[in-house]
Amino acid sequence: MHTFLLLLIIGTFLCLYRVAMGPTPPDRAVGIDTIGVMVVGICGIFGIITGQDFYLNVAIAWALLSFLGTLALAKYLEGRGFDE
Amino acid sequence: MNNGVAVYILISMGVTFDLVGAIGLIRLPDVYNRLQAATKCVTLGTALILLGVVAASGWSAMGIKALLAAIFVLWTSPTGSHALARGAHIAGVPLWSGSVIDKYKEDTGR
Amino acid sequence: METLKRRLLDMLIIFVLWLLLTWSLDLQGVVAGAILAALFALVLSRLLPPHVERLFSPVRWFWALMHIISLAFWVVLANFDVMYRVLHPNLPIRPGIVKVKTTLKSDEAKAFLANSITLTPGTLTIDIIDDWLYVHWINVHESLEDTEAITRDIAGRFEVTLRRVFD
Repeated sequence: MHTFLLLLIIGTFLCLYRVAMGPTPPDRAVGIDTIGVMVVGICGIFGIITGQDFYLNVAIAWALLSFLGTLALAKYLEGRGFDE
Repeated sequence: MNNGVAVYILISMGVTFDLVGAIGLIRLPDVYNRLQAATKCVTLGTALILLGVVAASGWSAMGIKALLAAIFVLWTSPTGSHALARGAHIAGVPLWSGSVIDKYKEDTGR
Repeated sequence: METLKRRLLDMLIIFVLWLLLTWSLDLQGVVAGAILAALFALVLSRLLPPHVERLFSPVRWFWALMHIISLAFWVVLANFDVMYRVLHPNLPIRPGIVKVKTTLKSDEAKAFLANSITLTPGTLTIDIIDDWLYVHWINVHESLEDTEAITRDIAGRFEVTLRRVFD
């Protein structure tokens, strides 16, 4: 299990590379969105390792917030208000 | 852990897909192609990891929460990438130079 | 009367979700969940789309199950497709944005079609304008002006099931 955790954290850092180097703002937004989904998987593996279910609460909350953040970033990229 | 083999298969497949998605995010040439790799691979990868959690913990608080999280990720992740692609196109990010056609630009002029 | 039924249905859905997430049946939690569900059902204006009565039709649920099965097949295929393209040394891609005409009518059906297209091999929905879907395709292999063939390739495999679920 710890190997899987390590591999996922490496994947997260690969996404961070795109966030740091992305030539355009949408590239960075894609990287942030991808990290948000991957962290949900990391929370699931933490849940298996420790056997405690509150990590899954973290996962659900993280998925919700990351989705809202992605929508906000997309609206910001469109350059319009949030109420359309 | 009663059905350990299924758990290991599901989680290793999920982690593999997640890593492929991350590599695609680095290798592919423009935003839209990167979104393709990131959305498909990372969504299914994370859903498979969460299904592995379901297989490991069964009919308990953890299993139900993992199942709900998996459904939620499968539902919202395509929506988010759809919004990001539209935002990127409206923000004026060009397609990769090897692209063959752009009907959206022809029709909307954005 | 109709709105009352809808509110009660909203409340029921939120309450069941609460019970699943807390996963305990002690009295305090259940009472708090019922009160909160009633509150949210009052505050949220429209949780469910119109035509709620379709939620109780077994035929539609059967076709929804069929859709999920075919979608699962295509999603797994999509992942191996992306894996091949990403790990191949010289990136075999030929991207472009094509447009696809859908025959589905309701908004929910179009939304689910867009999500399904995004999860299938090499396609990513960018926008929906009226009946036209704009789709980014990672490997355009049909002739560019042949909208019929493009539509059949991208949307045809889901419209059959989605039409029976939503329209």
